[in-house]
Amino acid sequence: MGKVFLLARREVASYFVSPIAYVAMALFLVISGFFFALSDFRPGAPAAMRSIFDIMMIILVFVLPIITMRALSEEQRSGTIETLLTAPVTDVQVVAAKFLGSWVFFLAVLAPTLLYVALLAAFGEPDVGPIASGYLGLALLGAAYVAVGLFASSLTQNQVIAAVTGFVILLVLAMVGPWLGTLAPPPWRNIIQQAAIRTHYIDFTQGVVDVVHVIYFVVLTVYALFLTVKVLESRRWR
Amino acid sequence: MSAKIEVDDLTKYYGRTLALDQASFTVEEGRIVGFLGPNGAGKSTTLRILTGFMPPTSGQARVADHDVLAEGLAVRRAIGYMPENVPLYPEMRVDEYLAFRAGLKEVPAGKRRAAVDRVVERCWLTDMRRRLIGQLSKGFRQRVGLAEALIADPPVLILDEPTIGLDPAQIQAVRELIRSLGEKHTVLLSSHILPEVEKTCSHLVIIAQGRIAAAGSVAELKAGLAESSRIVLEVHPGEGGEGPAEVARALGQVGGAGRVTHEAVGGGWLQVAVQPAGDADPREGLHHMVTQRGWRLREMRREAPSLEELYVRITAGETAAAERPAA
Repeated sequence: MGKVFLLARREVASYFVSPIAYVAMALFLVISGFFFALSDFRPGAPAAMRSIFDIMMIILVFVLPIITMRALSEEQRSGTIETLLTAPVTDVQVVAAKFLGSWVFFLAVLAPTLLYVALLAAFGEPDVGPIASGYLGLALLGAAYVAVGLFASSLTQNQVIAAVTGFVILLVLAMVGPWLGTLAPPPWRNIIQQAAIRTHYIDFTQGVVDVVHVIYFVVLTVYALFLTVKVLESRRWR
Repeated sequence: MSAKIEVDDLTKYYGRTLALDQASFTVEEGRIVGFLGPNGAGKSTTLRILTGFMPPTSGQARVADHDVLAEGLAVRRAIGYMPENVPLYPEMRVDEYLAFRAGLKEVPAGKRRAAVDRVVERCWLTDMRRRLIGQLSKGFRQRVGLAEALIADPPVLILDEPTIGLDPAQIQAVRELIRSLGEKHTVLLSSHILPEVEKTCSHLVIIAQGRIAAAGSVAELKAGLAESSRIVLEVHPGEGGEGPAEVARALGQVGGAGRVTHEAVGGGWLQVAVQPAGDADPREGLHHMVTQRGWRLREMRREAPSLEELYVRITAGETAAAERPAA
């Protein structure tokens, strides 16, 4: 466990000196701030963050793959993967640390949006419950997105390809999938909708914390990380 | 625990390309062994298998009494490895990176500071401690890589081209450092330049086309070469005596003599080089022939090919083989 924290700390530190990470952070804050001002932060609107939470799910589809794209692809391109994997660490420890580091950076990206809560509190009386559950949902959503982004990053040495791959997978899970679901015949429709991210995410934004939804995100995260470990291991039989 | 490296029948295919063909050799504890071969001979492949970065297609390798496949973690704990081109994180500072690697390599938290101090001093990095690795020159990056390999004081050091890209003074310094390491560590270092390893290593393993072409101590390899030596004579057939061709022909008929070449060296003297046939030693016969004909003899010496020539021959064999399919 000590090694996972050591590796994760290096990962977080490297995010904070990476210009791309700051660009992604700025992008996220500008777009979400814009939508917050337009949707939730209006005179007469209820003091809640329901719409902005929903919109963030879409913004993060574009932003998180940019954050995670270099995590494993850059190690492969520069060759540091060789020093990393010839140290006495397991592939699982490496992937766990990459995940933890990227997820902590994601939480840091999310932290400035707490200002919205402060703004709502200054001008109204926001309901704290749905906001807290919304942030819990975002943290879980972010974990799943980060895990998918890491998987994409493990597949290639090229950061751009990693970002696009992650973006496409998330796009299918979050947007294209549910849309296809509405077109599919009934038995399939239900299955596809249950697999879609939004089905499980939306309850959090409305103040409902359902264990099934928590499990959905945990399973999605662990599964993507499992695949990432397998890709790393595949160097052994390639 | 012995810090031996044993490689047994290693074969590695990349897809359909054969990179390593049944390679076997042993590095005894406490030796500095040079792993020599032309570019693309399979050196890095072998080192990557030894460090557990990738598995062989077949065969076995053991480092410090642990199997590289079955006991990968134990092997990696015993090894300090510097890969080719020294991959490093450019955004980290030198001492930050070394402390990070010390932690990964299980140096206890209380001793990391001291470990960093020790390797920084050993690898002449004292003035560079706070520099960003990305801003270092090639030579300093190389030293950071070396310092990293030494940080946990492992019994086995595996260095892939440790002196490539350094200037002559740095090469000298790295050589001395490696020689001093031999007292406490088993060192396997690869190179494609013979003088490089000849100066630091007591033993050599020469690889070409994925096969081990020769292995042994430098002295053994030289002794082996002495047997394939040639005999050079300087002969004067006398005024109005036999012509050069006749001299060469006569010496070629001596028992044990093989191919004969000759060359005039001025003043009527003739330099004749006689290649012995097999293991034969025709020196006495040659002398006898010279005195029998009444020629003058001012020199007879045995000339062993240098390691350089042996290495060039192995390398040339490789290029000849590589060209064959194209021809």
